[in-house]
Amino acid sequence: MALDAKSPGGPIESRWDRARFEMKLVNPANKRKHTIIVVGTGLAGASAAASLGELGYKVKSFCFQDSPRRAHSIAAQGGINAAKNYPNDGDSVFRLFYDTVKGGDFRARESNVYRLAHNSVSIIDQCVAQGVPFAREYGGTLSNRSFGGAQVSRTFYARGQTGQQLLLGAYQALERQVEAGQVEMFPRREMLDLVVIDGAARGIVTRNLVTGQLEHHVADAVVLGTGGYGNVYYLSTNAKGSNCTAIWRAHKRGAYFANPCFTQIHPTCIPVSGDYQSKLTLMSESLRNDGRIWVPKTPGDKRRPEAIPEQDRDYYLEQKYPSFGNLVPRDVASRNAKLVCDQGRGVGPGGLGVYLDLSDAIRRLGEDKIRERYGNLFEMYERITGDDPYKTPMRIYPAIHYTMGGLWVDYYLMSTIPGLFVIGEANFSDHGANRLGASALMQGLSDGYFILPYTVGNYLAQAKPAPADLSHPAFHEAEANVRSITERLMSIEGSRSVDSFHRELGKIVWDNCGMSRNAHDLERAIGKIRELRQEYWQNVRVLGAADDLNQSLEKAGRVADFFELSELMCRDALERNESCGGHFREEYQTPDGEARRNDDEFSYVAAWQYQGDGAPHALHKEPLEFEYVHPSQRSYK
Amino acid sequence: MKLILHIWRQKNAASAGRMVRYEAGDLNADMSMLEALDVLNERLIEKGEEPVAFEHDCREGICGSCGFMINGVAHGPQRLTTTCQLTLRHFKDGDELYLEPWRAKAFPVLKDLIVDRSAFDRIIAAGGYISVPTGSAPDGNAIPVPKDKADRAMDAAACIGCGACVAACPNAAAALFTGAKITHLGLLPQGEPERHERALNMVAQWNLEGFGSCTNLGECEAACPKGIRLEVIAHMNRDYLAASCRRR
Repeated sequence: MALDAKSPGGPIESRWDRARFEMKLVNPANKRKHTIIVVGTGLAGASAAASLGELGYKVKSFCFQDSPRRAHSIAAQGGINAAKNYPNDGDSVFRLFYDTVKGGDFRARESNVYRLAHNSVSIIDQCVAQGVPFAREYGGTLSNRSFGGAQVSRTFYARGQTGQQLLLGAYQALERQVEAGQVEMFPRREMLDLVVIDGAARGIVTRNLVTGQLEHHVADAVVLGTGGYGNVYYLSTNAKGSNCTAIWRAHKRGAYFANPCFTQIHPTCIPVSGDYQSKLTLMSESLRNDGRIWVPKTPGDKRRPEAIPEQDRDYYLEQKYPSFGNLVPRDVASRNAKLVCDQGRGVGPGGLGVYLDLSDAIRRLGEDKIRERYGNLFEMYERITGDDPYKTPMRIYPAIHYTMGGLWVDYYLMSTIPGLFVIGEANFSDHGANRLGASALMQGLSDGYFILPYTVGNYLAQAKPAPADLSHPAFHEAEANVRSITERLMSIEGSRSVDSFHRELGKIVWDNCGMSRNAHDLERAIGKIRELRQEYWQNVRVLGAADDLNQSLEKAGRVADFFELSELMCRDALERNESCGGHFREEYQTPDGEARRNDDEFSYVAAWQYQGDGAPHALHKEPLEFEYVHPSQRSYK
Repeated sequence: MKLILHIWRQKNAASAGRMVRYEAGDLNADMSMLEALDVLNERLIEKGEEPVAFEHDCREGICGSCGFMINGVAHGPQRLTTTCQLTLRHFKDGDELYLEPWRAKAFPVLKDLIVDRSAFDRIIAAGGYISVPTGSAPDGNAIPVPKDKADRAMDAAACIGCGACVAACPNAAAALFTGAKITHLGLLPQGEPERHERALNMVAQWNLEGFGSCTNLGECEAACPKGIRLEVIAHMNRDYLAASCRRR
């Protein structure tokens, strides 16, 4: 199948306007005749479900958590970008568009990114009107701060809890529609299969996580806003429940998976402290504004950091990148941390950590000033590690925290299955090979509030889905598929827990398809993943019953999907013989160790088609064209 | 490090539960309370016993999923800390801990340490929002909001909906939770038009759900991991009273 992104042509500024004008509309009186399923209640899912409900559609909203308010968007700290130009520092929609395309290392679609920048402005207005308590100046106007990858101040924030406040805004809008009877809410449900009838997405099969019952839901369109797949690495900054099951099972029903190897690693997380560790905690990158990053010059130097004199310290980022220093972008900072740790100069337990030292700033500005700026982060660090950052340097290490890859969608956010729409982190569309800070929240809300409500209508008006009901054999076939997976998992009765497999899988993926990759290791990783997957299906132990609240069973299904996805990630990383953004292939670097992109051969989106278990995926390429932002090599020296 | 854990085990909402004693070894001071349960669960699975079910998700104190009573205290002994961020260094080797689910009529136990908190969603649905359909908002700076009001609104909006306030309250009142939302939205000019209806409807729903009444004991404030202040209850009462008078 040829991939048609359906990007409208013409001047980029008017593409979205024209697309909206050309869309077919559903008569207001007919909207209530259409049922739309929205899976996931993060920023994208909740905003989409609320907005569709307001328009008059009948919406069914699903989440696996006990409440829609728990979706992992809630944990985003930093902020949300918007081209408001309130600070009068020269920002514009075009500049935000430009920064995002460049930040994505020229692997995103220009039309989509421009639309994202355009919508950013309305998002802030909408959220303010909903009561999101953004930071304010004394005059009562909205406050802005700057963030990585941009030279203007365009980030809006609500203390360190911007994601929480934006999500609560969308959640409250959603609950308003629940009260109005427009949205029916299904919490504690996990989507386990997509139902495709006559080539179009027409429903889902869910498991009620309390009773274990499998339930069928029919609709005229299905929307997935189920987030990213960072938990494939086991240790990540994602929530424990975040998973790829909804998108992976849709993928197996025919939705192409795009750029799976594009994953983002955040440089400032609290390092792993032991084998029992269940997740990693991110600390705001703002610490790099005043902190200096260093390791001991000699490998194996076990002295306490305070005891290491200045001449024995290596401030490696300042040395290597004199103009950006400690403020180099996320991928560069992360890779260099790995490099010094690989040289045996890492600090802390296991040698996987570098110092983030604010003692110079404390001396220069005083402890009070630092407390004002970073007090809450210091507290969080102390709570987790037991160390006091006012007295001893913090230890940090990179961790996975966002996945740019996801299900392939066209300009209208529709996947390769008609009627299946994918929004937010679950799709691949806007961030290319690297996402800039404060852009994830923007994309989730742009998709949910301002794009999907129109494009779903356009689809329904044109496709005019025929009536379908739960008696269709496709529902029974999908349920049988889910049932067989569950029964297989429950019947193995092996000797290892699901978590022990997940942890081992995560380590393989992290070591070989993490911060830096090479063909040899990727090949080997595929072999190891296959072996482990085989063992999984022979030796996993899932206790309890299928018709009961069973957290081991929930995890078992998700990990089964992570096995399959991780193999595709490695395949994709192998295929992409270049370095770009978060994808660093050791074979493709400049003489001084920087990423070397290959625009002649790899300026495309890699969209993978599932062809059956055991059969290799088929690769389809969507060429990327850059009319407005000319591809250039990034340099931070 | 080792802990003696007495944990509430209950198969499902319909069956009776009981405390079961476990000896959890192989722990260390850097672990969180939930990681200690992870370790215990791994041991249980090895032995062929069903693991302890507990709610959790972000494990960084913001999603509000986790929480249980630890020796009778919601989220345990460390102030301003959710269960997922409570590390074992606050306990001594060999300590004996009693872990129980939130106890409240409006929060029925579903299994082990998991309760049903959907009553909170219904309180929000009754009026915990500003009615502004997508697309109908004026420019973000059209209505200035004084900084102190925005800051106080943010203080109240920090609620994570974990339910510790209800669990800590001898009356199992939902006052801190409901008051936090009424205060957050009521302080902002955008929330003003619906201020009175909101207070009436949310409080009515709170009563319908079977939560108790507030008698100003202040246990909720002490238990709240996000530091929501009792002031929000006063704010709610003021709005509720004014709304009731107006309605008459």
